[in-house]
Amino acid sequence: MRIYLDHNATAPLRPEVREAMGAVLGEPANASSAHREGARARSAVEAARAEVAALLGARPAEIVFTSGATEANNLALRGAVAARPGTTLVVTAIEHASVLETAERLAGTGVRLRVVPVDAEGRVAAAAVAAAADAPGPVLASVGLANGEVGSVAPLAEVAARLAGHEAWLHTDAAQAAGRLPIDVGALGVDLLTLSAHKLGGPPGVGALWVGPRATLVPQATGGPQERGRRAGTENVAAIVGFGVAARLARERLAAEAAHAAALVERLWDGIRRAVPDAVRNGPAAPPRLPNTLSVGFPGCPGESLLVLLDLAGIAVSVGSACAAGAAEPSHVLLAMGRDPDAARSALRLSVGPTTTAAEVDRVVAVLPALVAQVRGGRAA
Amino acid sequence: MSRERVVVAMSGGVDSAVAAARCVAAGWEVVGISLRLAPDGAGSCCSLDDFHDARATADRLGFPHYVFDLRDAFARHVVRPFVAEYLAGRTPNPCARCNEHVKLGLLWERARELGATRLATGHYARVGTDPVTGRHCLRAAADATKDQSYFLFMLDQAALARTLFPVGELAKAEVRAAARALGLPVADKPESMGVCFVPDGDVAGFVERAAPDAVRPGPIVDEAGRVLGRHAGVHGFTVGQRRGLRIAADAPRYVRALDAARATVTVAPAARLRAGGLVARETRWVAGTPPPAGTRFGARIRHRHPPVPARLLAAAGDEVRVAFAAGAGPAVTPGQAAVFYDGDRVLGGGWIAGDLA
Repeated sequence: MRIYLDHNATAPLRPEVREAMGAVLGEPANASSAHREGARARSAVEAARAEVAALLGARPAEIVFTSGATEANNLALRGAVAARPGTTLVVTAIEHASVLETAERLAGTGVRLRVVPVDAEGRVAAAAVAAAADAPGPVLASVGLANGEVGSVAPLAEVAARLAGHEAWLHTDAAQAAGRLPIDVGALGVDLLTLSAHKLGGPPGVGALWVGPRATLVPQATGGPQERGRRAGTENVAAIVGFGVAARLARERLAAEAAHAAALVERLWDGIRRAVPDAVRNGPAAPPRLPNTLSVGFPGCPGESLLVLLDLAGIAVSVGSACAAGAAEPSHVLLAMGRDPDAARSALRLSVGPTTTAAEVDRVVAVLPALVAQVRGGRAA
Repeated sequence: MSRERVVVAMSGGVDSAVAAARCVAAGWEVVGISLRLAPDGAGSCCSLDDFHDARATADRLGFPHYVFDLRDAFARHVVRPFVAEYLAGRTPNPCARCNEHVKLGLLWERARELGATRLATGHYARVGTDPVTGRHCLRAAADATKDQSYFLFMLDQAALARTLFPVGELAKAEVRAAARALGLPVADKPESMGVCFVPDGDVAGFVERAAPDAVRPGPIVDEAGRVLGRHAGVHGFTVGQRRGLRIAADAPRYVRALDAARATVTVAPAARLRAGGLVARETRWVAGTPPPAGTRFGARIRHRHPPVPARLLAAAGDEVRVAFAAGAGPAVTPGQAAVFYDGDRVLGGGWIAGDLA
């Protein structure tokens, strides 16, 4: 049996999600069609919208379904910049590539871009975001709620409070936070929020952008009235239905699943550091942090080799960043945290989920030290 | 569980695919590794398509496959020296450097970290054992038209002991037939040609983009110093070259010498290029020590050129002086490898520093 500790890359589909999607896939489902089949699809989409909104404490009409978090981040940044010419973009150095690269592309077209640094534990200071947002004219600040590589959590409510009074919209990529931390858009004070279904145990290929009442975006996909004109294209009904079920389960089980994950991660870390005393945990030394995420470096032991040995031993983990072919690249998050390129290349990310068991974690703890020793021995030989 | 592990370097081509298949058939526990070497989209090898091809082969044959990012090392050991050599008026051999430092160097370090006891590649060459001394020897491939032993001369006893060349006994047609028989998706994939990180073949343009400030135009002169034309930089030339000089001369002229310090290209009639011998540096001997002075061997001074009858004059440190048999001397190109053969056996080789009169 393989052990899957890469839930931050994608989480396994929840059985309830698969069942609900299967039912939808059995029939034609264009939610914009006038016939009964269309009406059934429409009501399924709207029920899912309500579930996704409920996960955020939001109104269903504020949810825009997209093809995933990447599209949602693109829509947030590009749509906001197009809506308010002269916008200054503020992002943190540890955002997901779909925020960072989109911001850089926009900067290439003349948009002013400011990148806010983080500290050695991967945390951003609200004051630093506010200082960067102190620009003439409109501002879009994009600050990820939780970082999927090292688990740091941004002080979003404080950022929002400091931005009050500026002509600033606040966007947050909550793809890694949803289902792992409680999210309430009102309490966070954000204007735009990105979600992904497949990190919640929903299917890949669907996500959402929550658009709060203060923000108006210029649509980036045009040619249809879907999603209230904010995102054209026939809805992926089965995926949206799966997203809805995943969102409901994530909301109902949040406390239990987060506690389960946190207990497993601490068990994992305790075991690893006992067996490998010089192991280094990356990210925040104490909460708040993502309960399910452990980033750990083993000095003198490239993460790439360790990943391969773990995979051969039946354990799936990841290294911080990977290119399209799966090769490890130095993690931009760890580089931003001040790690040297070797350390930024060598961190292993282990991320657990609701299906992970204590026995699996114990097995990893039992296997890992010998593999670390093997890699180090191979280097020394 | 107890099977020994071999790492197979997989380019995504048919040779390394069949090499992997032969390792599987021989009972090894195979781990396929592809290397990301050139920047994205800049290489004719190690593109995303090649990685997908390698992975499809691994899936088909049922072994795991991974991609390692060695772009930094490739830039340091191969690309930057390549540019520097051209700018210095030499004609580098990046494949041999890559084999030494990256494919059979760094990748071996990674393989060892992964618990592998052998590293296999799709090179056309053979590793054998000397019946007298019992030492490992490097031999040309069975398919002489595909032989790549020229690019592998630097392998020492330790390297040969751990290296497998599973297609070295096969002809290319046999490799393709084996791939087809196994249903490998790369069976009919075309051969990669040229320098992998210069996919358009425009080496001079590549050097100019890499080091725009180091390029110096200058004169093309004959051996008497008469200016026959102008050039855009010595990096655009290679010793022995005839075409592309754009000079007016009564008889064919060839590049005789490149002087980077003076930004001068010297041309001469063909007869003047025939060297009496060569000087090579960074010389390595497969057996570990040089053969005695006077030893006769075949000296191959370019890939695909037949070895020239030659004789070892002297070996001092890692520098050797080699004399060509009378009248046999070809044009010698600094920067290329000189590899010395006894029949199909590689004795050793080095990097050509210059010619002997």
